[in-house]
Parts: sequence; C-alpha cells; structure tokens
Amino acid sequence: MDKQSFDIVVIGGGPGGYVTAIRAAQLGFKVAVVEANHLGGICLNWGCIPTKALLRSAEVYHYMTHATDYGLTVDKPGFELDKIVARSRAISKQLNGGVGHLLKKNKVPVFDGWGKMAGGSAGARKVTVEKDGKVFAELTCKHLILATGARARQIPGMEVDGKLVWSYREAMVPTEMPKSLIVVGSGAIGIEFASFYRTMGAEVTVVEVMDRVLPVEDPEISKMAEKAFKKQGMNIMTGATVKGITKGANSVTAQIESKGKTTEVTAERLISAVGIVGNVENIGLEGTKIKVDRTHVEIDKWSETGEAGVYAIGDLAGPPWLAHKAEHEGVICVEKIAGLHGVHPLDTGRIPGCTYCHPQVASVGLTEPAAKEKGYDVKVGRFNFIGNGKAIALGEPDGLIKTIFDAKTGELLGAHMIGAEVTELIQGYSIAKTLETTEEELMHTVFPHPTLSEMMHESVLDAYGRVVHM
Amino acid sequence: MPINILMPALSPTMTEGTLAKWLVKEGDSVSSGDVMAEIETDKATMEVEAVDEGVIAKIVVADGTENVAVNDVIAILAEDGEDVAEAAQSGGAPAPAPAAEVPAPAAEAPAAAAPAAPAPAAPAPAPAAGGARVFASPLARRIAKDGGVDIAAITGTGPHGRVVKADVEAFIASGGAAKPAETDAAVTPEPKPTAPSKPAAGSDTLSIDDPIFKLLPEYEAIPNTNMRKTIARRLTDSARDVPHFNVQADIEIDALMALRKQLNSRPDADYKISVNDFVVKATALALTRVPECNVAYTDNAIVQFKQVDMAIAVSIDGGLITPIVKNCASKGLATISAEVKELAGKAREGKLAPEEYQGGTFSISNLGMFNVKAFNSIINSPQGGILSVGAGEQRPVVKDGALAIATVMTLSLAVDHRCIDGATAAGMMKELKAILEDPIALML
Repeated sequence: MDKQSFDIVVIGGGPGGYVTAIRAAQLGFKVAVVEANHLGGICLNWGCIPTKALLRSAEVYHYMTHATDYGLTVDKPGFELDKIVARSRAISKQLNGGVGHLLKKNKVPVFDGWGKMAGGSAGARKVTVEKDGKVFAELTCKHLILATGARARQIPGMEVDGKLVWSYREAMVPTEMPKSLIVVGSGAIGIEFASFYRTMGAEVTVVEVMDRVLPVEDPEISKMAEKAFKKQGMNIMTGATVKGITKGANSVTAQIESKGKTTEVTAERLISAVGIVGNVENIGLEGTKIKVDRTHVEIDKWSETGEAGVYAIGDLAGPPWLAHKAEHEGVICVEKIAGLHGVHPLDTGRIPGCTYCHPQVASVGLTEPAAKEKGYDVKVGRFNFIGNGKAIALGEPDGLIKTIFDAKTGELLGAHMIGAEVTELIQGYSIAKTLETTEEELMHTVFPHPTLSEMMHESVLDAYGRVVHM
Repeated sequence: MPINILMPALSPTMTEGTLAKWLVKEGDSVSSGDVMAEIETDKATMEVEAVDEGVIAKIVVADGTENVAVNDVIAILAEDGEDVAEAAQSGGAPAPAPAAEVPAPAAEAPAAAAPAAPAPAAPAPAPAAGGARVFASPLARRIAKDGGVDIAAITGTGPHGRVVKADVEAFIASGGAAKPAETDAAVTPEPKPTAPSKPAAGSDTLSIDDPIFKLLPEYEAIPNTNMRKTIARRLTDSARDVPHFNVQADIEIDALMALRKQLNSRPDADYKISVNDFVVKATALALTRVPECNVAYTDNAIVQFKQVDMAIAVSIDGGLITPIVKNCASKGLATISAEVKELAGKAREGKLAPEEYQGGTFSISNLGMFNVKAFNSIINSPQGGILSVGAGEQRPVVKDGALAIATVMTLSLAVDHRCIDGATAAGMMKELKAILEDPIALML
C-alpha cells in the first residue's frame, strides 16, 4: 500500500482538476491528482478539443464545396471519415500527453486510479485510490478538491446504446457517415454535432424542448442561428419533445410531440444531447455532510462543501458547464486556501460561452430579456456583419454583434455574437466586463482595421446612436 | 499669448488649498521671482512666485477663496506687448503653462512645488483632500460620480486595491459614511498604498445644521481651517484604527537639571538647551537601542526604520504641527536644540516647507510647560509610537527606605500594539529612563 500525505489532493484530472493542481503547486502546496481515465478529462479527450478538430475538418470541407465562391476550383470535394476521426483522436492524444508533461513539470504526482474520499476529518482527509478492484494507495490531505466532472444525461426510453442511439462519445468517432441523424437537444453539444454532420452531408433534424435553439443565448441570436441552420438544410423542431423511439435494423424512429401534434421522424442515428449529470457516485460522499442536489454537489461561494476542507469545482459543482469555469473556480479555490490577498468569488456573469457551430455563437453576460428582468433600463447596440469590410472579404456577410448596456451607468451588461470567428472575439468584451469599462472606454478604444473586431466597436457606438457603418 | 497662472500644488498630495491673499493687483507688472500671492494649505502658508514677466491682466480667484483645486486658473498674465484687456478675456493659453512656482520659505531650500520626498515607508500626512491617484474602474468612477460619492474615500477590493463597482455600491449602501465592510471577512483587501481614508461627506461627525445645536446655548461657529480638518481626520483614523496602549515611568531628573545648568552656563555657550532637548536626544538614543520601537505597521510587514526622524509636536495658532528633526540620534544636543528652535519658529509663522513636517518615524509631545503631570497622546500614524512628556516637579520619593525629595518627570509612551508589544515598549522605556537619569551618557 502506497501511503502518502499531501497539502491538497485533487480527484479528477480534467481541465478543472489539472489546472487547479498546477496553480496549487505554483503556490507552494504539495499536491497530487487522482485520475481514473485520461488526463485532460472529457474536455480534452471527448469534448471541447476533439469536436473542434472535427468541426475544423467540416469547415475546410465547407470551403471546398464552396470553392467557386472564392474563384477557386476543386475537382471533386470529398472526405475520408476515418481520417477525419483519426486526426481528431491524434489531437486529443497529443494534448493528453501535454497535460501529463505539465503536471510532471510542476512536480504534481498523478495517481492512476479511482479516487474516493475515505474518512479522515477536517484537516486530514483520507483518499483511497483503486485500480482493477484493488486499493493501491491511501492519501492523506489537508484539503481535498473534488473535480470529478459530469457525463451525458440519459433519458429513459432513449438510452444510449452505442449503435443507433449515440451520446457525444459515439458521435465523436463515427465509423461511417450516417445519411440521416436526429439530434435531441440544441445546446452547445447538440448543435455542434448537428452542424458537423450537416456540413458533411447528413440530413439532420434537431429537436429542442424549448421554444428556440441555443436556449441559453439571447433570443435574437437564437433566431438568427435557427435561420442559418434552416438555410443549410437542417430540420429544426422547437417546442418539441421526444415521446419515444422505435429502433429498426439500421434506423431510429422518434415520436416527436410539438404543439399537441405528434409526428414521426426516422433517421439512421439519434444523438442524445440533453444535458449532463454530475459524477457524484462512488466518490465517498455518502454519510458525509456534503449535500448533493440533483447530481451536483452543493458548495459555498469559495467552492467548499458541507465538509470543512472538502471542495467541489467544475461540472460536479454546478453550472455553467464549461471547462474555463472549472479552471477558474479551481484557481480561486486554491488561492483562497493559500490565503492570498484580493481573491474574489467567481462571478458567473463574466464567464463567456462559445458554440462552434457554423455560424459560430459566443456571448458573455446578460441577455436582453434577462437584463430587463433584472430591472435595468438598457441601451442595445447591434451591428450586422454585412456592414464590415473584413466580413465581406472573408465571404462571411451573415452575423450580428449585439451589446447591452445599463443606460444609467454605462456598464456593459452583456454581449452576444453570431457569425464567423466570434468565439475568438468574445474575450474582448470579457476583458471589458472584468475591468468594468463603460461605453466610453470602449468607444475610445482603437480597433484595428480591417478586422471583424471593428464590429465590436460599431455595436457599442450603435447602442449610443453613433454607429458609423450602418 | 496670455498665460494662465494656475493654482500650484505645494506638495505631491495636495489637491486644493485656500488662496489666502493676493500681493499683486490687476494691472501690476510682475517679473520672474516676484511674490504674487499667498496660499494656505492644511499645514502651511506658501508664497506663489511669478516665473514669467508680464502684467496681471485678471485675477480670477479672489482673496480668501477656499478649496481652490490645484491647476485651476487663479489669474491671467498678459505678456509684454499684449493687450491687457484682451488677455483678461482670453482665458489664457490653452496649455496649462507652469506660470507659478512656489519656492520653499527657506531661501536656500529647493522649490516646494517639486515633490517633497518623505520617507517612503512613512507616507507623509496627506493634506485634507488626499489627492494621490486613486485606482478605480471606469464603472466604479461613474457610479461614484452619479451617486455624489468621493471615490477617494472608498477602500478598493479589486486587484492592487482598485476600487470596483461592488465597493462603490457597498459604500453607498452603507450610507457612504464608513469604509465598506469587506466583501468577505476572511479576505483582507490589499493595503491601500496611497490616499489615506478621509472623512466622507456625511460622516459620523455632527453637522453644524444638526438640530441638537438648537437646544444648546448660544454659540459662535468657528469655521474649520484646513489644518483643523486634517487634525480631525488623522487623529480620528488613528484612534479608531490603531490599537493603542501606554506604558508610564517616573524619571528623576535632578542629574539632568544639573547637567543642563552646567552646559548652559558655559562661557562659550551660544545655545540654551531645554529639558525637552534632552528628552528628544535621549528618546532618539533609546530608539536606536530598541529599534523594535522605531517602526511602522503595514499589512505586509513591520517597517523598521534605520534612523530616527523625530517629529516634535508644536502648538501653533489654530492647531498643531509636527516639524521633524531628521536623523536625530546622530545629532548633538546643541544641534538638536537649534533645529527645534528654528523649526518651531517656522511652524508658528506657518512657514514650514512640506519636507520639514512630512514623514517622521516617532513623535514627542511635551506639555510639561503647562504643569501637567502626565497625559497620553494619540499616535501619529503610521508611526509606531509617541512619547508624552509631563512637567518636571519636586515630588517625595523613597530612597534607601527613607523619604526624600527629587525632581521627577512622568513620561507616558503610547505605542501601536500591532507592531510593538508590551515588553518591547517597556524595554524602550527602561532604556529611556536609564539615559535620562544618567544623562552624562548622552555626552558620549
């Protein structure tokens, strides 16, 4: 039995866990990571990164099929699915190795096994690490950080079978391109797969229970996204629920109820992307003061659970389900443990969200209805891609940048974008929000010409009736 | 082109002052070096000299105007050959020309308009308005402005003590009266490097409009001078924020009195050493022996000074000021005596240069001349301590089991308990007593 003691043990080596461990090491803590599967977690191995690789292939393929728009000729656009998937897997593998290297560089040992809280008390928590049914290590730590993440939610009657009904995991490594596909759920995960498969030629039906796609985004953005998806040939069903499915030999038929009417849609595959559940099982929460609410661990503003010195971060702890939220939450958690000056709790209102469908969607802060609901008197600016030289030169004239200001103080309450490369633009507004700029500083900021970022300037100008290129 | 004469900054932290008196009038010719006006800050009165030649075209800010902001145009100077009437209307050159410069009162001292350099670890007592740069987010500034709140009065909890929206909102929510409670008790905000707290508008202090005064007998309201406001603010801050405690000791000073008499009666004596001079020198010496008492407390560290700059409280018309005898321990009694005399004289005339009263690592307040037996002072923060000196008087003492008469002086040492503990303070007092009771050692 390997017995060791640490200042901090992190269970889970996903983006939340490993970044937390590195920050803890930087702060001089003796820290270890326990990871059961892959360093980098879902994000790096089965989420954010490999999907971006797939979507990049789809994007290049899209350009190939639209080459003539740019005065280019491509004899016969085509693709080899196995090579697209292989590229995606190779990228995950490369980064997975990278995380291992980073932890090693920071002298953070990784225990390869299933970590579980196993007794101890405040200031001396015990963690067992199990592999192949055998506990091989027992770690003692002053602080324990749970970062076990989440997994796809299963809906009864629509369970993932790996063959006809897929989760993100199967959708990430298709062996053949389905001719048709039903995507249930139009959040970021569902829409990214819908976008990938549609671009690659599949007939795609998106079923969303809410009244619009990408329901967390500003309604105006949802509307534009839906319009763009429909233009690409997607079948979008909103306000629709899957009542049941019938499986054929190589097909799935879904009974979909919408506005009191049931219709049947048949496709070769169905992707279930109806949200996530926290990985709260078998990590030793039972019999402790740690409270679990609907598969997520309850924490205070410093990520501490009901047990002193035990923390939860990332997807395990609550929304938004984003890698960068987990990372930041973990960093704050260890900086608080270290007693650093000026540590503030995470402000979820400043966490940007990105969806890498075509067209891309990105946002930070409050949507217009949410701002109004909070009682703000708002000033709203809009700038369409059609007014931006760079967008037109790129052949991407569709899109919108919308900004929402508090009319009283000039605070940037929210920014919402759809169109080419907006996922790379949103950070500008994130910085603006973090630095608490008002419209004035944004107006005085010189944006380079010609760039898409000029639209960020114009949108702000528009909110104050000063738009130039519209 | 007409030149704007601007309100000068007499110290790096000054943001406003009182234009006490014009010494020139419209139409007067001035040349470089002519004294044009007197400006009063919280601590001193300074002269404003002309740096350009010309004719005073217009006096913009009248005698006796209070709270004139630094860099406000106070007068317009028409240069040679310019039409004075036209210049008066022009509003002067747009660029703020440094048309006025304030020399230090002492002829050989450098211009006081140049930043005086107080000891870095012991920030100068900032004049009333603070004035050092306040780090705040644009949104925080705007909310503060709209809410009519002075952002300099708010403690920031953002990076490096930056004032952020939440700080301003908390400040306003708390009535704008006190520093906002920390967002979380466990998080200490970064120590604010500049801008000490200042009384916010509507602080706990009573207003002259308060109805209570209607119930009180007839009175005369004596307006607060800048100095009075500074004394009020700094001592309130210290009494509230610094945990004080005092140690006292009775010192027999017969030997000291005898030595003093001997020194002062020397035929070549061009000095007259006072008891206070002895106390100043002895305290400086004691502080070099117990450097743990020559300190300032900060959030990050206890700052232990490598020399003793002794601030000596001097009562002046309308308040008090603490001129500083620098590097006091290495100076002889005669030098200290002469310096104290000169500084006190300047202080009473309101002519101290900022560097002569800003800084200081330790203070002494002596009320012995008023025959008080003992008293406790409030620490002149960020200094770590202040010594209160009572009168030397004949008292019965017990010597070798028998009653005797000795000249006794009671000293009370107030220290900041955050950086000086009881035993340390007592150790300092022990050294001081030893030196004063055997003062010949001072001669070594």
